[in-house]
Amino acid sequence: MEDTQQEWTTVIKPKGHLLDIDFKEIWRYRDLWRMYVKRDIITSYKQTILGPLWFFIQPAMTTIMYMVVFGGIAKISTDGLPQPLFYLAGICMWNYFSECLNRTSSTFTTNADIFGKVYFPRLVVPMATVTSSLIRMAIQLILFLAVYLFYLVKGVDIHPNVYLLLFPVLVIMLAGLSFGFGILISSLTTKYRDLTLLFSFIVQLWMYATPVIYPLSVMSEKRQWIMGLNPLTSIVETFKYGALGTGTFSWGMLAYSFGFMIVLLAIGIIMFNKVQRSFMDTV
Amino acid sequence: MSIAIKFENISKQYRLGLVSTRTLSHDLNRWWQMNILRREDPYLKIGEVNDRAHKGTSEYVWALKDINFEVEQGDVVGIIGKNGAGKSTLLKILSKVTTPTTGTIKAKGRIASLLEVGTGFHPEMTGRENIYMNGAIMGMTRNDINRKFDEIVDFAGVERYIDTPVKRYSSGMTVRLGFAVAAFLEPEILVVDEVLAVGDAEFQKKAIGKMQDVSRGDGRTVLFVSHNMSSIRMLCRRGILLSNGTIEMTGNINQTIDSYLSSQIRTNTTFLSNISYKADYIRILHLIINSKTDNPILLTSANNTLNIKISGILLQAQNIAVELRIFDKDQNPLAFYSPFHYEGTTPLLEKGEFMIEKNILLPEGINKGTYYASLYLTDPGISYHLKLENFLMLDCEGFPTKTGHVFEYNQGAGFLFIK
Repeated sequence: MEDTQQEWTTVIKPKGHLLDIDFKEIWRYRDLWRMYVKRDIITSYKQTILGPLWFFIQPAMTTIMYMVVFGGIAKISTDGLPQPLFYLAGICMWNYFSECLNRTSSTFTTNADIFGKVYFPRLVVPMATVTSSLIRMAIQLILFLAVYLFYLVKGVDIHPNVYLLLFPVLVIMLAGLSFGFGILISSLTTKYRDLTLLFSFIVQLWMYATPVIYPLSVMSEKRQWIMGLNPLTSIVETFKYGALGTGTFSWGMLAYSFGFMIVLLAIGIIMFNKVQRSFMDTV
Repeated sequence: MSIAIKFENISKQYRLGLVSTRTLSHDLNRWWQMNILRREDPYLKIGEVNDRAHKGTSEYVWALKDINFEVEQGDVVGIIGKNGAGKSTLLKILSKVTTPTTGTIKAKGRIASLLEVGTGFHPEMTGRENIYMNGAIMGMTRNDINRKFDEIVDFAGVERYIDTPVKRYSSGMTVRLGFAVAAFLEPEILVVDEVLAVGDAEFQKKAIGKMQDVSRGDGRTVLFVSHNMSSIRMLCRRGILLSNGTIEMTGNINQTIDSYLSSQIRTNTTFLSNISYKADYIRILHLIINSKTDNPILLTSANNTLNIKISGILLQAQNIAVELRIFDKDQNPLAFYSPFHYEGTTPLLEKGEFMIEKNILLPEGINKGTYYASLYLTDPGISYHLKLENFLMLDCEGFPTKTGHVFEYNQGAGFLFIK
């Protein structure tokens, strides 16, 4: 064939290989990623009176609710820590995860309009989501830091330690897990919408399977091991351990979570890549 | 010239009806046949020609079937066809929004699509931010946009509003901005789908001019879909006529458009086979024009009268006025006949058989060409009783001048030669 002598820069075929993922292309679209992040930030509090203040109000109110319900009524232990500090630490981590998950899991359905008109590597969108959610988390961390300093000055028994340096790794792991799980859900729900209902239910329950409102140490050894299967357990516990000095820490559990993230990311990206080629016909 | 785009056996199958129902069983069956039994996809075999007007028996249709063609670099190709002929599907596949079911497209260079301008515009963001956003969606880098920013703003003509959120823009301004971004994208292959419908005349001219520059000056390839035959004629050199998902003809743009339009206005058909709307209370028995019942009608300078006789049955009394409109082959209106407006009265026809006869004296000096006419029976300002759109094809011989020259509509002389 003479075709082979000519240089075709674009070839459009019915089905690509399963592992045919063009990472170079994503890199070429890095400016789009940046614009999406910028757009999320600009538009998230346009035409609100309190603006970014909402990012404070929400975790503050949640913390108060937890103090009343779980601390006050249910009397669940907080490992001897002041309740606001204990809950806020968990909420900051969990909120980042759940926000990323919620937003990435509807990537295809919320962007169907634009995906139907132009082509660009679709992965850019959930990547930008995970990035822009970091801003929100940073604001929540400021709240956490304020409460933290308050208790530190007050002389409460808190022991920040060297494991706090793992914090960036923990955030990356949260981002990776929510990203991987989110795009996997998004890929599966384009065709079968039933799964949307199932997943929203699962995510709701997931928080209770994660040591957000209770410390892992209240569990028996055996239960702790089961809890450890949840990849979020070690992340939240490590953060509490590093920042507050009480909790459970184990390199093994952290490594398990990391491995879990890698596998999830791989499956998610492959599925997403497969669906993105044809989802316009099924959405 | 080298080939810029090559379509090889492109087909696209769609499933009709609700996508969600029974997809699971079809998916499982497909998976079983293909992966376990190692057979072909069972659903690729069924499927029928996509004619939306007729009810089919299969759930699967081919929106496109075996499309093969090549586009040379620097060519401007117009893709025409009825609604549902597969034009947009073809462009969607080319712009990678969806994948073909079978076949391959090979292309040289970056493909940018203008399937709908202003895609990705966020209403809350300013014009400036949206230029960057839209440019990035189309694959431009920030530096590309920085370099062309002033040109884009200038071309769109929205300098005053550049820092205003796009939600305050008029729809025309949004389109201008969107088109401007795409026009300065400088892709090797530009895919355009019906964008010029919005925007004022000045902008449309500007946009067409820009697209001409793009193809002529810079040797870029443009694929253009539109229902506006005048702009296609102005812009394109080659044409592709799609019909029910297959290529009916390719070739010179003028030939393609003529073939498309004459396929719509079927020659040699009877007038009555072209009824596009009829009220319940009216029956038409005969329609005779210049003693003929079928197309075409020949008009000479000696005989330029249209004698129209319509007979039928009315199931209730109606005011009936006759209107006739004459168009050129691109559906540009040329003339209008309405005795109701001229005389100021509408005859009331009683229930039962009726017969209307009109002698329409066309002006002397109609230039040579083929014209089309639509006839309406109407109760003016209230309702239509009957519509015959493009039912009549008029072949005009033209006006013989003393120099022996006969002027033609298509060659710049227009509809009328004035004495």
